[in-house]
Amino acid sequence: MRAALELALHSVWNRRGTALLTTCSIALSVALLWGVLQVREGARNGFAATVSGVDLIVGPRTGPLNLLLYSIFHAGEPTASVSRASFELVARHPDVAWALPLALGDSHRGYRVLGTTPDYFLHYRYGRRQALVLAEGRAFADHGELVIGATVARALGYRPGTEAVLAHGLGEGSFTEHEDRFRVVGVLAPTGTPLDRLVLADLDDLAHLHGTEHSTSLTAFLVGMKERPALLRMQRALNEYRGEALTAIIPGVALSDLWRLVGVADRAMLAIALCVLLAGLIGMTSTLLAALQARRRELAILRSVGARPIDLMGLLMLEAGALSLLGTLLGLLGGRLIIAVLATPLEARLGLLLEPALLDATSAAILCGVTVAGLLAGLLPGLAAYRRSLADGLSMRT
Amino acid sequence: MDSPAIEISQLRFGWKAGECLLSVEAFTVSRGERVFLHGPSGSGKSSLLGLVGGVLLPQAGEVRVLGQSWGALPASRRDRFRGDHIGFLFQQFNLLPYLGLLDNVLLPVRYSRLRRQRCDETPAVEAKRLLAALGLEGDAVLSRPVGELSVGQQQRVAAARALLGRPELVVADEPTSALDEDAREAFLSLLMQRCRDHGAALLFVSHDRRLAEGFDREVSLAALNEAPRGLLA
Repeated sequence: MRAALELALHSVWNRRGTALLTTCSIALSVALLWGVLQVREGARNGFAATVSGVDLIVGPRTGPLNLLLYSIFHAGEPTASVSRASFELVARHPDVAWALPLALGDSHRGYRVLGTTPDYFLHYRYGRRQALVLAEGRAFADHGELVIGATVARALGYRPGTEAVLAHGLGEGSFTEHEDRFRVVGVLAPTGTPLDRLVLADLDDLAHLHGTEHSTSLTAFLVGMKERPALLRMQRALNEYRGEALTAIIPGVALSDLWRLVGVADRAMLAIALCVLLAGLIGMTSTLLAALQARRRELAILRSVGARPIDLMGLLMLEAGALSLLGTLLGLLGGRLIIAVLATPLEARLGLLLEPALLDATSAAILCGVTVAGLLAGLLPGLAAYRRSLADGLSMRT
Repeated sequence: MDSPAIEISQLRFGWKAGECLLSVEAFTVSRGERVFLHGPSGSGKSSLLGLVGGVLLPQAGEVRVLGQSWGALPASRRDRFRGDHIGFLFQQFNLLPYLGLLDNVLLPVRYSRLRRQRCDETPAVEAKRLLAALGLEGDAVLSRPVGELSVGQQQRVAAARALLGRPELVVADEPTSALDEDAREAFLSLLMQRCRDHGAALLFVSHDRRLAEGFDREVSLAALNEAPRGLLA
């Protein structure tokens, strides 16, 4: 076996030009496959990390996905509202640690305005239970103050001190502009979540715009429990509450439901990556097959010194396996280099959490899988060599 | 130990059923004997070498090497027996381009334990001695890629490989046809000398009768083969 491997390596080295190209095509396809798996994992994590540390999302009677979409992803239109009274009731409940009101309905130049309380900066968590960080300025505290997300700040070029006019309605080029002027007092650091595209203001401040002293209705509210065991009890109580038709959802559960819907695209990506890998292996097979004709002399020499046809088959399979192993190692290494460079911007811009370990189960599985697949890809040229050497014997019959 | 190096009896061979390319009633090469087999191209020479090497099996009759009938062995044992007891030397392109000169000579001991054991010292030392005896010496030559050797040098490397580990039989198929006249003479005498040293039988096949001088015996394949000439490939 050692002798055969040595022979195979010498033979591969002798054709290092084509071997290098073959190795590169396998390396590229492995890097792609690994990258897709990483992005998939990262997207799933980033998705699940959009909100963390929130135990319940409570809104009017609606579908869980709908509630999740407009309360956390700020997508879609809330169709009904919950009363401030229900919010107060929950917020004062002894099992509840904190509750954050959410009011949507205004916008500024296409960016949604979220009305809440300063507590939002205290309790809201995203990613790996990270708290919100202000890159510049401070949280809103007084009348007419705004905090803006990182994307809003970058896109509009706003800094603390910039004045802004809010509009009623959620679309860009909005309908009726409110007359009161607001002033930016803080800019959030990038989170990679929909929060980056949000303008935050005080709930009552916004109510004031609409001509009421205090807001009487909310879009939804977020709840943090003192102890986890009380969670399910609270959820059931809210869903069965007779005072008002409410929906209470656990974000993690709703997120994974949503992921199942979104996941189709990422399965398609994986399928494409596997096809590219298959193409790489087929390329190697055809290269080895094509070289076989020129190697008939070599096979005859090996037969004359006592090599069995099965030895020659093994030789070709080992060559294919060696090329695959090398290509896979290169691909995994290259993939890591690329991700090491891109990890930080990807997390900030797309909310992709990519943190590949140096040696993880995925890489080990790819390494084993592709090497075995490579050996199998060598089966075809191997069998051809086997039959060729039986037909040729010690001389080349043409 | 007294069984002949090669013993062919009542052999009939053809590539297809019903075809008869070779028909040899009896042909024997004794141990240590050096036989020149004259066969022009197309006389069934390659087939005969395949039969002697146990790569081909006859439709009828028997080929024995050192008393062992090829037909009595399963395929993988035939490969092993060939590697153990026969050294082959071909017309041209005898060397694996991706192995060094020395590794090419050492190729048989990769597959044959017997030939490894028969080396007096380590196979590498033995290989160097053989190469030196065939006129290839010094690191300058030994470290050269085999593709850069002259044809004559390549054939001498191939001869060293055929002789390494003292196989009882050396089969040479036109090994000098790619050499010029002077190199041919020199190569032939070196090969004969080394075979004599090793006590190996030599079956030397060539279309060139002028080379027959110095052999113990000259046999013509045409005379040996009783198959109707019209069917020869």
